[in-house]
Formats: sequence, structure tokens, C-alpha cells
Amino acid sequence: MKAFTTLNGLVCPLDRANVDTDAIIPKQFLKSIKRSGFGPNLFDEWRYLDHGEPGMDNSARQLNPDFVLNYPRYAGAQVLLARENFGCGSSREHAPWALEDYGFRVVIAPSFADIFFNNCYKNGLLPIVLPAEAVDQLFKESQATEGYRLDIDLAAQTVTTPSGQSFAFDITEHRKHCLLNGLDEIGLTLAQADKIRAYEEKLKAEKPWLLA
Amino acid sequence: MTAQTLYDKLWSSHVVTEEADGTVLLYIDRHLVHEVTSPQAFEGLKLAGRKPWRVSSIVATADHNTPTDHWDEGIKDPISRQQVETLDSNIKEFGALAYFPFKDKGQGIVHVMGPEQGATLPGMTVVCGDSHTSTHGAFGALAHGIGTSEVEHVMATQTLVAKKSKNMLVRVDGQLAAGITGKDVALAIIGKIGTAGGTGYAIEFGGDAIQSLSMEGRMTLCNMAIEAGARSGLVAVDQKTIDYVKGRPFAPKGEAWDKAVAYWNTLHSDEGAHFDAVVTLDAAEIKPQVTWGTSPEMVTDINGHVPDPAQESDPVKKGSIERALAYMGLKANTPISEIAVDVVFIGSCTNSRIEDLREAAAVAKGRKKAANVKQVLVVPGSGLVKAQAEAEGLDKVFVEAGFEWREPGCSMCLAMNADRLQPGERCASTSNRNFEGRQGQGGRTHLVSPAMAAAAAIAGHFVDVSHF
Repeated sequence: MKAFTTLNGLVCPLDRANVDTDAIIPKQFLKSIKRSGFGPNLFDEWRYLDHGEPGMDNSARQLNPDFVLNYPRYAGAQVLLARENFGCGSSREHAPWALEDYGFRVVIAPSFADIFFNNCYKNGLLPIVLPAEAVDQLFKESQATEGYRLDIDLAAQTVTTPSGQSFAFDITEHRKHCLLNGLDEIGLTLAQADKIRAYEEKLKAEKPWLLA
Repeated sequence: MTAQTLYDKLWSSHVVTEEADGTVLLYIDRHLVHEVTSPQAFEGLKLAGRKPWRVSSIVATADHNTPTDHWDEGIKDPISRQQVETLDSNIKEFGALAYFPFKDKGQGIVHVMGPEQGATLPGMTVVCGDSHTSTHGAFGALAHGIGTSEVEHVMATQTLVAKKSKNMLVRVDGQLAAGITGKDVALAIIGKIGTAGGTGYAIEFGGDAIQSLSMEGRMTLCNMAIEAGARSGLVAVDQKTIDYVKGRPFAPKGEAWDKAVAYWNTLHSDEGAHFDAVVTLDAAEIKPQVTWGTSPEMVTDINGHVPDPAQESDPVKKGSIERALAYMGLKANTPISEIAVDVVFIGSCTNSRIEDLREAAAVAKGRKKAANVKQVLVVPGSGLVKAQAEAEGLDKVFVEAGFEWREPGCSMCLAMNADRLQPGERCASTSNRNFEGRQGQGGRTHLVSPAMAAAAAIAGHFVDVSHF
């Protein structure tokens, strides 16, 4: 996994609540058996005027000029600013894959759906929960100021605005450690294989039908 | 010992290790696998030279991409076919306790197949790369959806890195009126707490009305816990649970059965256990539910109206209503019963089990679909459900009513196969999500129970099935 330490990134404000994973990456793109290449189809139904299918030349498709990601001022954005319950719906990890493949490294919202939130950490994408008032302020500032960038410091757990105002965010020690160091979680878990085996021995004695 | 909730008991009995920040390694008993969210996980195992930790925990099927007609012609879409064939070859290479491939008589939607095979048992931890894994909580199992990285993690280590959720109790007191189903209860709960109401919680559903639901009704309810934001839903084990499980292919037998039942009978919240949040509903007030918007929380009952955004003061909510009405092609204040439908879909992991089909057939019997309804799809949840329905003659009832009787699969719930809405088409659907584009780009979805869907097919518009 890609490590995350600090970022100074351009902010793109997506002013909608309850953005679901079907909107983030529509189902026809889930037929892929790869975990890369989803970026061009991120928000496909909102981003393009025609219907997208796998295998199309996306550079030849007509963009929806009214969709915020297509505004020239947000080209190269790495921080997605969103409203409550971002990433609700399906468990498809293709959603964080698409965001990351597009170039986003951070998503800031007042709340996230649980499965999406968890999936982000597995892909070097940092989901940050800030209070609704703070998110509201960031929406206003980023919409008002072209080239609005935020500084994100994972070690310090802060989001800092261009005027120097800082917001603190929470993250578990485990996730922070994995993200800062880009660690392979499976390798970490397998270092505790003896404990998993010991648990299974207990299971064999107490609930043998579970191992049948 | 302090009183524990059902979730507390399931959680603590599966903790392998715990870190200082509360992150645990949670042992996983059952891993359900389908073709869409597994290829990258198997690929990861291969690249790292790893093998599944416990092959006998894996039960797999192909469901999302499979067609629901012309099975003799195979899967026409080459990318869908490749994904299904990739699962075939991965299971062949890595193994599984059981695999129900395309066209197998046990094949079906993973959340229908698991319980009917007895692969889902009370007290288990059950995961699957699919958010509707919450369905299995109906058995007093801790079940939730995971992403593909976690699918790989569970395959490689038999554990998940997890943090405990908070406890929520949703209690539905009293008795449901005749014709009110698990689906109506689920939608009424989501209407009350919202699609993020359960975020960060495991929801236990309790109260008289829940106890009176059949196992299939409980599965429908827990299936939609995720639509309320909760990764897992739970119902305590009772005699109905045990009776349902008994004799199924992967259920324990003999001495192991007796030992299991003794344990399963402890799977309920203790008297006085602490819940971080409690929500109560009066069963008698729940009427047949119909969604009007593009989120499951945008719901009212059959006597209701499409809301007026002018009445909403919160600007974010007002914007959501306006966008939803524009997408859905609806005018504010329209009575729900005046909304005509083009297509009806009866199926999905929410509502494709035998009782669902019986309820729909009871409404359709001796009637014909309305002329304005272009298509009514009835898609059984599995090959076994299909065989049972045909043994009861339900297929004939549907066909005589002008409905199409199909092969099992996820079908138009998410339209990954050929079953999909055309832009602008309006559908009464027994599935779980009414998101923009969910059933096909530009398609307009209204979520309802199977009986309400069948009634809409006959009337041509939404109608109160209790007066039908």
C-alpha cells in the first residue's frame, strides 16, 4: 500500500449529501478483474453526458460541463470535500480504487459510511471526518477561492487552511501506523499466526461444528 | 458478570487479539464469496504466494453477472463471462467447502444460498465482499460486508482487523397489521432513523413484531440494516431460528447438533444489557411503504404524498429533495397511489425467497398485469427457491398474469447482467437501493414489498395491497 504522510492538495468541493458507491463507480465497471484503471470512470454518470461502458475510449466522450470535477479550476485536485454519509451503499472497494486512481489522496466529510471508510485505509486514501461546521466553512472557502489548497498532516492529525487555521481529526493508532508506513496488513496479521492457531484449537474443543 | 448484548457476546467470543487502541483481530467462521469482489483478492494471494488459511470456511457462488434467461446460450457479455469464469478457476485452484457455479441447481444469490444450505449458522461470524451480508444477522450471526482487500485478508489469515461498533436496539412493539412484511418494517425504520442513522452501530432488532416475523422476514429486515447505515443487523436466536437451520446440508448433525443448539440458545441480549441507542416503533402504525426518491430514507406509505422541497428549511436536505424529484420525474405533493409504473421487479437478496414469491403470487393469482406495465420480472433467489416455487405452481400463476418467470440471480437489483431499466423507466422493485442509475442509467426505482410490487403490476400504479 502507498504510504501517506503529508499532503498539500487542491480541493474539489462535491456539494451533495449521501453520495453512494453506485455514483462513485457504476456497476458496469465492476466487471473488471483488475484493481487499477477505474479513475477515468469515477462518477461516470455525473461526469459524462453519454452512457459509459467498460472498454470505451473515455477521452473521446463528452464531459458534463456542469459537474464540478470537470471545472478547469479543479483539474488535478487531490482533496475531495464532501457532505454527510459519503460512500454509502455497496461494499465495492472499486469506489476507493477509482478515487485513488483519479488522483485523490484525501476525502473530507462530516460523516462516512462504515464500509467505504474502512476500505479507504486499505488503499492509501485518507478519509477525514471533520465537524459539520468546519466542513461547511471549507465548502465556502474552496468555492470562493480559486486554487484553494489544504495542508494535511497525518502524523499531527491536522487539516490546515491557507489562512493557517487548523482542524484536528481522529484516527486509530493502528490505522495511522499502517498508513504512515504503507504497511501490508496481511503480513502484520500473519506475524500473529500462532495466536490465530491457538484460537482455533480452543474452537475445536468448544464449538467443533464451526470447523467441520 | 455484567449483562451483555447479543452483539457483545458475538464480538467477544471471536476476538483473537486486541491492541491498546481497541483494534482487534476478529476470527471469521464463514466466508461467502461471489465473482465480483473476489478476483482481485485471489490475485493478491497468488502474487504473494499465499493460500487460504481454512478452505472449509469458504462457500462460493456466481450471482451478480449471471443471466436470468436463455441459460443454454451461456453468458453473452464477454466481460461478465470472464468474471464468472475467473471465479470458477480460482475456486478450482484454491478450493472451497462448497461451490455453486453458474447453472448449478444450488446456484443463487449469495445471501439466499448461504442460509438455505445451512452455511450460515447462529453464533458465526459471516463475511462476504457484499454489503448485504447483514442479511445473515437474522440467525443471530455477526455478519457484515467487507471490501476486497479484506476478502484477501480473511482468505489469508481467517481474521479481520476490526473495531467494535456501538450497540443500537431497534424495538418494534405490538403486532403488525395483516399484509405488512419485513420489507415494510425495514423501510419504516430507515424512514425514521435515516440512511446514516445506524452508522457506527450494530443494530439488534427486537420487540413483539420482530419475534413474530418468519426467518425469511427477519432476513429481509437484516438485509436492509446496511441501508440504515449499520454494517450488521441482528435478531436473537429463538425456536424459529433453530427449526429453520435443522436438517440443512451444512448444519451440524447428531451430537454436534445438540451441543450447537445448547450454545445457540444463549444467543440473545441479557436482561438489562446496555444499548448506546434505543429506537422504538409502534408496529400497528406501519403501513405499506413506498420510496419516492433516490435514497432508501426517501420513503413514505401508500397513503402519503411526494414531499414538497419548499417545506424543507435545511438547505442540504432541500437540495437533495429537489435533485431526487428531478431525477425521479415527480412533482411535489403527488399522491403515491397516482404514480404509474412501467416495469416491476420481484427479486434480489432482499425479497426473492419462497415466502416472497408466495406473497406476490397470492396477489397475482387470477389477475393480469396492467396494459401500461411493459415488463414484470420475477427472479427467484436460487435454484432451490425456483424448484420449490415450481413445485407449488407459483410459476404458472405468474406466467398467467403476464409476468416473466426467470432463472435465479441478482438481476435487476443492480443491473450487472442484461436485466436493466431504460432511461426514464419507472420501476416498482422489491430490491434494496433506489440510488440514481442503480437499476440502469436513468432508471427510476421505487422500493416496495413483494405483495406491493405485484399489486402495482396488476393496477399499473401503486395501490394499497391490503385493499386488494
